[in-house]
Amino acid sequence: MLKPFAAVCLAATFATTAAMAEPKTSVTVAAPWEIASYDPTVAGFVIQALQVMENLVDADETGALRPALATKWDMSDDGLTWTFTLRDGVTFHDGSAFNAQAAASALNRAWKQPGVLQKAPITAIKADAGKIIITVSESFTALPSLMAHATTIIPAPSAFDAEGTPSALIGTGPFSVSAFTPPQSISLARNEAYWGENATLETATYLAAGRAETRALLAESGDADVVFTLDPSGFSHLQHVDSIETAAVAIPRVVVLKVNAGHAFFDDARARKALSLAIPREGIAKAITRFPDSAATQLFPPVLHDWHSQDLAPLKTVLEQAKALLADLGWAMGEDGILMRDGERFSIQLRTFPDRPELPLIAAALQDTWRELGIEVDVSVSNYSEIPAGHKDGSLHVALFARNYGLTPDPIGTILQDFGPNGGDWGAMGWTNDEAAKALQVIASTADPDLRQESIAKVAGILYQDLPVIPVAWYQHTVSINKDLGGVIIDPLQRSYGLSTMFWNE
Amino acid sequence: MTSALMKTVFAALAKRALQALIVAVVVGIVSFAMMQALPGDAAYRIAAGRYGYDMMDAAAADAVRLELGLDQPAILQLWIWLKALAQFDLGTSLVYGTPVIDEISTQLGYSLLLAGGAIVASLLIALPVGIAAGLNPNGIVDRVTFGLSVLFRAIPAFALGIVLVLIFAVQLGLFPVAGFHGPENLVLPSLTLGLGLAAVSNRVLRDSVVDAMRADWRLFSRTKGLSARLTLTRHVLRNAALPVVAYIGVQLAYLIEGVVIVETVFAWPGIGHALVHAIFGRDIAMVQGTALTLGLLYVALNLCVDLACRGIDPRGRLA
Repeated sequence: MLKPFAAVCLAATFATTAAMAEPKTSVTVAAPWEIASYDPTVAGFVIQALQVMENLVDADETGALRPALATKWDMSDDGLTWTFTLRDGVTFHDGSAFNAQAAASALNRAWKQPGVLQKAPITAIKADAGKIIITVSESFTALPSLMAHATTIIPAPSAFDAEGTPSALIGTGPFSVSAFTPPQSISLARNEAYWGENATLETATYLAAGRAETRALLAESGDADVVFTLDPSGFSHLQHVDSIETAAVAIPRVVVLKVNAGHAFFDDARARKALSLAIPREGIAKAITRFPDSAATQLFPPVLHDWHSQDLAPLKTVLEQAKALLADLGWAMGEDGILMRDGERFSIQLRTFPDRPELPLIAAALQDTWRELGIEVDVSVSNYSEIPAGHKDGSLHVALFARNYGLTPDPIGTILQDFGPNGGDWGAMGWTNDEAAKALQVIASTADPDLRQESIAKVAGILYQDLPVIPVAWYQHTVSINKDLGGVIIDPLQRSYGLSTMFWNE
Repeated sequence: MTSALMKTVFAALAKRALQALIVAVVVGIVSFAMMQALPGDAAYRIAAGRYGYDMMDAAAADAVRLELGLDQPAILQLWIWLKALAQFDLGTSLVYGTPVIDEISTQLGYSLLLAGGAIVASLLIALPVGIAAGLNPNGIVDRVTFGLSVLFRAIPAFALGIVLVLIFAVQLGLFPVAGFHGPENLVLPSLTLGLGLAAVSNRVLRDSVVDAMRADWRLFSRTKGLSARLTLTRHVLRNAALPVVAYIGVQLAYLIEGVVIVETVFAWPGIGHALVHAIFGRDIAMVQGTALTLGLLYVALNLCVDLACRGIDPRGRLA
């Protein structure tokens, strides 16, 4: 009876000394994302980040592509056939061999599900002696980048049951799953037969903690060694805790305002510009997201090197200018302080959702500032699916959400979806710009880097001028790390938690 | 005597079995109807739960609608569920694609563990406190514990949990903050719920101890020569226990409600947490499955309370 009690007391008193005496071989990672499925299309982003399953193509922390399960990839001269040469001698965690059939069946399954592959002009995915052959109906240079997405990871054939339903987490990565308690936790063990360099850590545990308060406490108590996605108050508190280091990494996720440009109130770019001029970006960055650098000066953040333009002047907040633009458009102040035009009140609904806690707060800030312009805003905080639903039935006025332009290492797939002809569910609405559409097609299909960069600048310029979606804030990925833990790489694309390079300092 | 006891036990079992059957059908239909009555398009909500906001769009929602047959008439969908239920098949989760029974069986175990821990914690607190307060009504112990009871009942479980974590996990380092690696993980969530339960049950116990101490039969037992201690342990406690045990049955509702929040705070993979997520994700099969399980659990636990009361109180056995 005494023994465990004594151990508890010892551990409590000499926690640091004990840790130093015996080098740790395990790491606990805490993040908000729950995982309750074996299906790559549903839970792929956690399975990938924990390095259980791998893609044909990997990306480093700058977004540059590098070989993974495919050693090289080539596009045919006409741009219509892609050949991915697969790595030899790779085995899945159950000992079975990784081969072209396994890869082709996994990719074909991903292609049939909603996901990035459905958005590409793919016509077939076939296995061919150590190779995967993908044919496309038109040239699409971002295809390898899609092969790095979380939904295109390759599970073992044995990870599916007789009906083809995913039923286990078996991959090729540096860690295999030793226990899975959905939706909260996954235990990992080092894959000793890994094709690349073996991880230093022997085991790791992933714990999904939905509440930001819980995650901050896990970090402070030392129960979790690496904690992802902290809320502003937790982050600033943890900066003063000696045993941990905090980091904030800019990521390509942006809080944006989607505006229905098909609506009579917003069909003129000047109206959208007026809304933009009345967004207190610096105040939001300071008081709500609490990173002064996170005020968006244009749509694409600096972390998207190719898309962020140095030439564009930062978006400003000038209420007087906004009022003048609205007056030009024929809006006049009514008796109750709300703008009127042709007997119509400037009254709109803003849709947002609570999954990202800062969104309703930003919505309230917008409601307040726009009220000064004479715009009455009804904020509707609901399920995020109300935004694509409103896009489809045309009932949406404006929507506030966070869009990840780094879903794939090359953002063109997402941007094409959002700003191509007729816009997209999470992009432009009622807005079509032929010049932008043409430039996007060039970006998606050309292999000429100069032409591509020129077209990117053109698109970025049009989005800046026309504001089909209005940028509000850029995101920071917040992390707390145990000071004794080394080799931690924070991936701005959030594709990996970096377990395989972590080690405990002596 | 024994056969009389057996008879009441069987009567209780039969009554509760019939209740269970009614609960199953009613809960299934009501939860289905409530899910149908929620605003918004279910296909969009399910697609949102599956793919997350980065990947979810109208095309994904349409694919989900087609795959799950959500455009079928609601009454047909309900009929399919009831038919499957009759074969003890709860279906598969609309969001995660895994069998509902698999998810529930893991999560129910964790929730029962937590609920059990909470009841044990509440009894460990309420019994000594309630008896001490009841033996000396309006004394200092009674007054202080009354104040504390009001305080602990008023604090939401969420806030209480965070405070306990701050004290016992972060400052003292005695217990882990969250997760479920070993028995030590059970302490703080159990205590969070247990304090809320004990806040009321210690007052119930105190009142019944006060009543018992004033009862004629207590005076009689003292008059016939039993010592104060023997009177307490043989008669007072047994009589006082009855309302407390019956009250635990009433508290199960608080427990089930509290479990939802406490599970989320402590990252505990329980059924309450799963139910909330299923409602957000419009996962009708999971909602029906978890609501059904919770309903049946309520019946089962009330049966345990019934049996315990019959064990404590001999009067019913003669009937």
